[in-house]
Amino acid sequence: MTATETTDTTLRTVTLNVNGQTIRQEVESRTLLAYALRDAGLKGTHVGCDTSSCGCCVVLLDGDTPAKSCTMFAVQAEGHQITTVEGLGSPGDLHPLQQAFWDQHGLQCGYCTPGMLMTAKAMLEHNPDPTDQEVREFLSGNLCRCTGYNNIVKAVQQAARVMRDEAQAQALAGMVPSTAEGGAQ
Amino acid sequence: MFPAAFDYIRAHSAEEALAALAQHGAEARILAGGQSLIPAMRLRLARPAVLVDLGGVKDLGYLHEEGGELRVGAMTRDVTLERDANVRARYSLLTDTGAVVADPVVRCLGTVVGSLCHSDPSGDWGAAALAARAVMVARSASGERLIPIDEFLVDSFQTSLEEGELAVEVRFPTPDGRTHGSYQKIERKVGDYATAAAAVQITLGEDGRVTHAGVALTAAGPRPVRVDAAEKLLLGQLLTEDVIRAASEEARAASDPFADTRGSVEYKKDMARVLVARGLRASAARLGTGVTA
Repeated sequence: MTATETTDTTLRTVTLNVNGQTIRQEVESRTLLAYALRDAGLKGTHVGCDTSSCGCCVVLLDGDTPAKSCTMFAVQAEGHQITTVEGLGSPGDLHPLQQAFWDQHGLQCGYCTPGMLMTAKAMLEHNPDPTDQEVREFLSGNLCRCTGYNNIVKAVQQAARVMRDEAQAQALAGMVPSTAEGGAQ
Repeated sequence: MFPAAFDYIRAHSAEEALAALAQHGAEARILAGGQSLIPAMRLRLARPAVLVDLGGVKDLGYLHEEGGELRVGAMTRDVTLERDANVRARYSLLTDTGAVVADPVVRCLGTVVGSLCHSDPSGDWGAAALAARAVMVARSASGERLIPIDEFLVDSFQTSLEEGELAVEVRFPTPDGRTHGSYQKIERKVGDYATAAAAVQITLGEDGRVTHAGVALTAAGPRPVRVDAAEKLLLGQLLTEDVIRAASEEARAASDPFADTRGSVEYKKDMARVLVARGLRASAARLGTGVTA
């Protein structure tokens, strides 16, 4: 599109890359990303407060940027890789964060959980070994109305440990040539 | 609530954005991080007919020092300043401010320049920019002009940007080693607007006396309030407890807030005093004067 073109206020087609899949959807310019995702059947993205406060709608842009998808237009998301909670893991193959929320009971009603997971994922990308205080601060834009925060912090710390161990194992595996498997050369 | 309908234009360069502004005039608004504008649109407090999105203008997302200034591009996110080691080490006022703007997720998309252009008197960057003596860079078809932040922030949600102008950058003077600052904020909960907040920046001479003082308040008037009387009072002084107390009293006098659910006028005025005193003590402590924060 050039700068001299304007779109009309009726429907337009956006192409979104969500969890590695291409989704084409008819939206208005004013359609918020959270609603576009839910209209596409991705109901894991929740709309809680609709005022940019609660963080239930957080998705990731380009892998490591958390975004409140109720405070972004679907048209803005074109050209970005979007990850929703559906892209984090599956029931048979939980992401370490999902497993940790399960293990630590990091939820009560669960409504805030998708946003908590995605925000925690973004934080661990930049800070793989956070203090409890850092977890609390980074998650402070995600509200849990059941006040289950303590278990959420425990869950994030468990996931951080698992993910660090996995990263370390991968790094070690990378240092050892494949021909060296089973013993030193 | 959904915003009112609008036409959407994605610009891929500053020139494309300027062309769109030229075509649509006052009907058009610039969309940067969207973290203030989109909530305002959802509440129908803002109803731009045309949104010109800078999301595709990658070359406005920069942060570097040049010519004795920190230059922050229009698409540079708050989080970029927050994570920058040089900013954290040397720009204490900006670091303090960046840590309390909205919440961490909002800061991942929100931009410093966008916040200043939004010109919300409760926005944290306004007072910080005043205390730091920031300068805005506005680009138009006829070139660029520099606007001191004092002249840029005109009124609530009103800047001195002219029709057809695009704010492309904000510049913060680089602290020289004898300069430190602090941003102090009281908020009801994380992510809330300030009940009261104060930005302070101090430069000391070799003799420990103040050679530059910047003092400004958030949520204390129709625009961020620069406390000239406190700045004048501090100049040439040692940062003693008496001087700090006197300067902070000027902040109370200059504060002109309105009463709301966050507090009464008297409470907010008194908090302006308290926060300027805390900011001055924190700055003095960072400058190694022996004053403890």
